[in-house]
This record gives sequence, structure tokens and C-alpha cells, in this order.
Amino acid sequence: MFSFTTPDKSKQYLISISIIVVVAAVCFAFSQYIGYKVAALMLLVTVSLLAITFDILPVLLSAALSAFIWNFFFIPPRFTIHVDATEDLILFIMYFIIALISGVLTHKIRQIEKKARLKEEKANSVKLYNTIMNSLSHELRTPIATIIGATDNLQTNTNLTKENREQLIAEISKASLRLNQQVENLLNISRLKSGHIQPKYDWTDIGELIYQTVKSVEENNQGRKINISIKPDLPLCSLDKGMLEQIIYNLLNNAAIHTSADCRINIDATCYADVLEITIEDSGKGFADINPKDLFNKFSGTANSKTTGSGLGLSIVKGFTEALRGNVELTRSQYGGSKFIFTLPVKTSQFHSTE
Amino acid sequence: MSKAEILIIDDEPQIRKLLDITLQSNGYLAKSATTAKEGLIMAENHPPELILLDLGLPDDSGHNVLKKLRLWYTNPIIILSVKKSEEEIIQALDNGANDFLSKPFRTGELLARIRSALRATNNDEGETILNFKDLKVDFSSRSVWKKDQLLKLTVTEYNLLALLIRNEGKVLTHQYLLRAIWGPGYISQSQYLRVYMAQIRKKIEDDPNIPAYLLTEAGVGYRFVNNVIENKN
Repeated sequence: MFSFTTPDKSKQYLISISIIVVVAAVCFAFSQYIGYKVAALMLLVTVSLLAITFDILPVLLSAALSAFIWNFFFIPPRFTIHVDATEDLILFIMYFIIALISGVLTHKIRQIEKKARLKEEKANSVKLYNTIMNSLSHELRTPIATIIGATDNLQTNTNLTKENREQLIAEISKASLRLNQQVENLLNISRLKSGHIQPKYDWTDIGELIYQTVKSVEENNQGRKINISIKPDLPLCSLDKGMLEQIIYNLLNNAAIHTSADCRINIDATCYADVLEITIEDSGKGFADINPKDLFNKFSGTANSKTTGSGLGLSIVKGFTEALRGNVELTRSQYGGSKFIFTLPVKTSQFHSTE
Repeated sequence: MSKAEILIIDDEPQIRKLLDITLQSNGYLAKSATTAKEGLIMAENHPPELILLDLGLPDDSGHNVLKKLRLWYTNPIIILSVKKSEEEIIQALDNGANDFLSKPFRTGELLARIRSALRATNNDEGETILNFKDLKVDFSSRSVWKKDQLLKLTVTEYNLLALLIRNEGKVLTHQYLLRAIWGPGYISQSQYLRVYMAQIRKKIEDDPNIPAYLLTEAGVGYRFVNNVIENKN
């Protein structure tokens, strides 16, 4: 495969013309030793080489140019386009044809190769697309189905009790929040995939951030209570607030979704010198049947759990953690469930007001 | 009391419908425009008490509409945006928006923002003493009481708190606060702001971790709210 960066069109013309001229000049200088037929071969090779990297038009131009040069400077009588011998005339015509053919053929080969490469790339992306779609269609279709079904019911079913109605509305609300979360995850994954993710560092009050995030997790998982324990007097840390919030949100939300309502969920934050450590643990069943290494890979929703996820949440945790140069690990919690330990090297501020 | 009139400028019919129902059923008079041009004309013909402005309009950017409105319109403008881009929000606030909400938002949140923005309009200069739930401020003597107890605030703490209270309901950006309190040389010293906000919260909030008065708008700024008639959704 050719990985040269092909110069733009106008440069291609310039380069091919100059190469032909240089090669012709060299041949001309040695013409008394090599003879004009060898010069023709040298020029032909040059045209073929140009055809490997350049577009068809510059190559055709150099083919024509070299034919003319060969005729004018090499074929006797020199310095005329007139050709004396019939043999030379045939040679000249053949030269011209061979130069054109080699130019066109090489160009064609390159095009075929390019097509094959594109096809291969396309096949790969189709494969990835299918994987994503399979895992996502469930995660997106379930809440959509819930919303459509429930609203249909509310509109057409006249036998619903007041309680039924309230339950259906609660289901719609839950489904739309889940949908929103999945869309948020997808947007984040595409940000990560596109490589456009650049942490924006700013001084952050870790306690404030954790309380805010916990609040939104609790709001989106009605009835769940998360225990917060933050080391007093944590310094301000310089980090990307939005990314850290998303990491904490996803880990807490996972814990809230995948454990039963009476399970305990804890979040602890502490800072050792220049390392921020946040742990999130629960008293659920944990990830019994999965290799912790596979856990963070994209779309590795656990196969036989009741509440399958698309696995996007944890991939984002991993991706954002890496973008912040941090580390996230999974171990077993003292409460029996899973325990995520998230560590991040941070710059801390010891600024205190002096008034 | 007559109903407060709110103008919705949003091109999405579903959002307009939702806002319309929400506002009408909560005692507001809602009118809506679907384009920037229509919105500007409606606002000029009959200036509303508050404008809900979507940033993504078909015929012009919401930022331009905001700038054109702010040439003469002094009532609150709340920005609605689908993008969670902090830069965009900060730009809108710098151009004179009072507050912002990212779609999707909760109805309760929207109503709370509208209430606090509408209240804030009568909060300007003039008054020297303001009362909130369990907080009282006397601007003439630079004093703040919490539950009838005079608070010991440092000069900077008082200045910061007073500025936020004067702009009740309005989101003040980090840069704005740093420039106003510490001066133009300090606009990148966000840690000053964090430390002072934490200190003020310890003094005026029941639980500084769950602030009721001084709310953080992550990545954007802070605002002072008076949640006295806040009701749950």
C-alpha cells in the first residue's frame, strides 16, 4: 500500500515536468555512450514511476512530453521533430503508446487497490456498526416502546383507574430519563471516538461537585439514597469538572440501576497529597461473571443480567478517566457488591482567604 | 394581579406546545413566535414581562436576537438551549441573558427560574433592606442577618454576597464576579471565588453542601435564589 502523501495537482504537474526534463538532460549528456534507444527506456521507466504516485493527467502529460523530448533531442536527425528512418518512426509511435499504456495501467491498478481498501474499511465499520446497533437497539427501543405503549394506553384505554394512570405516567417519566441518559452516553462516546476531547482544567470544589451529582442521580432514580462521605477540608482540585461529573454520575447511576432498591450505595472522596481518590461501592451482587478487564470495554453489557445496559456508561468512565490521566479499578466491596476506585493525579490549591 | 405575559421564541412546535401548556396552567399568559424575526416584532409591538429564547432559530442565531433585544428590552430573558456548551451559555449571559436552561429541562425547574427572574426585576437599587426566608440584608449598613443573628462577614464576603443578591435570580459568570469584586487582573483566579463561596455558604446556608440560596451553575457561574415559594413539580 502506498502511503505517500500525494502533492496537490499543480505541484504534480510541475514535479513530473521537472523530473522528465532532468532525466532527459542526464540521458542527453551521456547520449554518445548510451545511444538514443536506451534513453527511450530510461524515459519510459521514469513515466512509469511517476504513474505510481501521481494522478492520471500529470502522468499523461509527462508521457507526451517525454515522447516529444525523445523525438526532438534523441532520434536522428536531432533537434527536429522529423524522423528519417522508418524503424525510428515505428519506435517513436511505440514509445508513445507504451508510455500512455503504462501510465494508464498503473493508474488503474492504484484505483483498484484504493477501492479494495475502502471496501475493507467499510466492511469493518459495518461490523462495528452492527455491534453498536445490536447493543443499543435494546437500550433505546425499550424506553421508546414503554413511552409509546403507555401514552397509547392513556389515550385509548377508558378502563384505567387513577392508580393505573399514575403508574403509566411514572413509567413514561422513567423511560424518558433512561432515553436521555443513553443519548447523553452516545454523544459522549462520539466525542471520545472523534478524539476531540480535551480536558478543560478549572479549580473545583470536590464536595460541591459530588453533592450535585448525587442529587441528580437520586432525582433520576426515585427512592434511592446515596451515602456521601467526604474528607473534611479537601483542597480545591484543578480538573475537568464536566468529565469528573460524568464519571461519578455513570458509576453511581450504574449502581442505582443494577442493584435492588434496599441496597446500600456509598461514595467516598479523599485526597492524598496530589492524588484525588473517589470510591463508589454498593451492596449489590457485584460483577460475578465478568472479567474486570473486559468490563470497561465498549458495549460489554453483562450477558445474563436482568437489567442489561449497553455498556456505554462504563466505556465513557474509562475513556474520560484516561483523558484525565487517571485510573479506575474494580474490586469487591466489603458490603458484597462492586467497588470502583477512581484515582486522579491533581494539582491542588492551598489558597485560603487572609481577611 | 394581572397575569404576567411571557413570550416564547422557539421553532420547535413540540417545545412550544409544552411551554404553552405549562405556562398557561401556571397562571402566565403565553405567546409564541417561531422565528427570530417574528419574535423581535412581537416583543416590540407588545413588550412581555419575560422572554424565553431558544438559541437555535431557523432564520437567525439566538445570540443575535438577544443582542437586538437588549438594545431596548430590560425585562428578564431566559435562554433555552439544546447544547450543553458552557462557552455558548457564558456568551449568552455576557450578552444580557438573565438565566439559561438546557433542554431537556424539568417543568418545576423552568417555573422556578421564571419566578425568580420575574421577582428579580423589582429587586434593583432603591430598596435598602431585603428579606428572604431566614435571611435579611441591609445594604445601607452592609449587614446580613441569618435567623435574626447578625453575621460576621469579611469585606469581600459581603461584597460578593451583596452583588449576587442585587442580581437575584440572575446567573453571574465567574469572570463577571471576579472582575467586579477583585478587579480585571483576577479574572482567571477562579480559586478565589470557590474559596469565598464556600465560606459564605458556611455562614448563610443551613447545610452548605446542599445550598438553598447560593446555587452553582457548573462551569458557568453562580446565582442567588430565593426559594421561598418553591413547590415541587
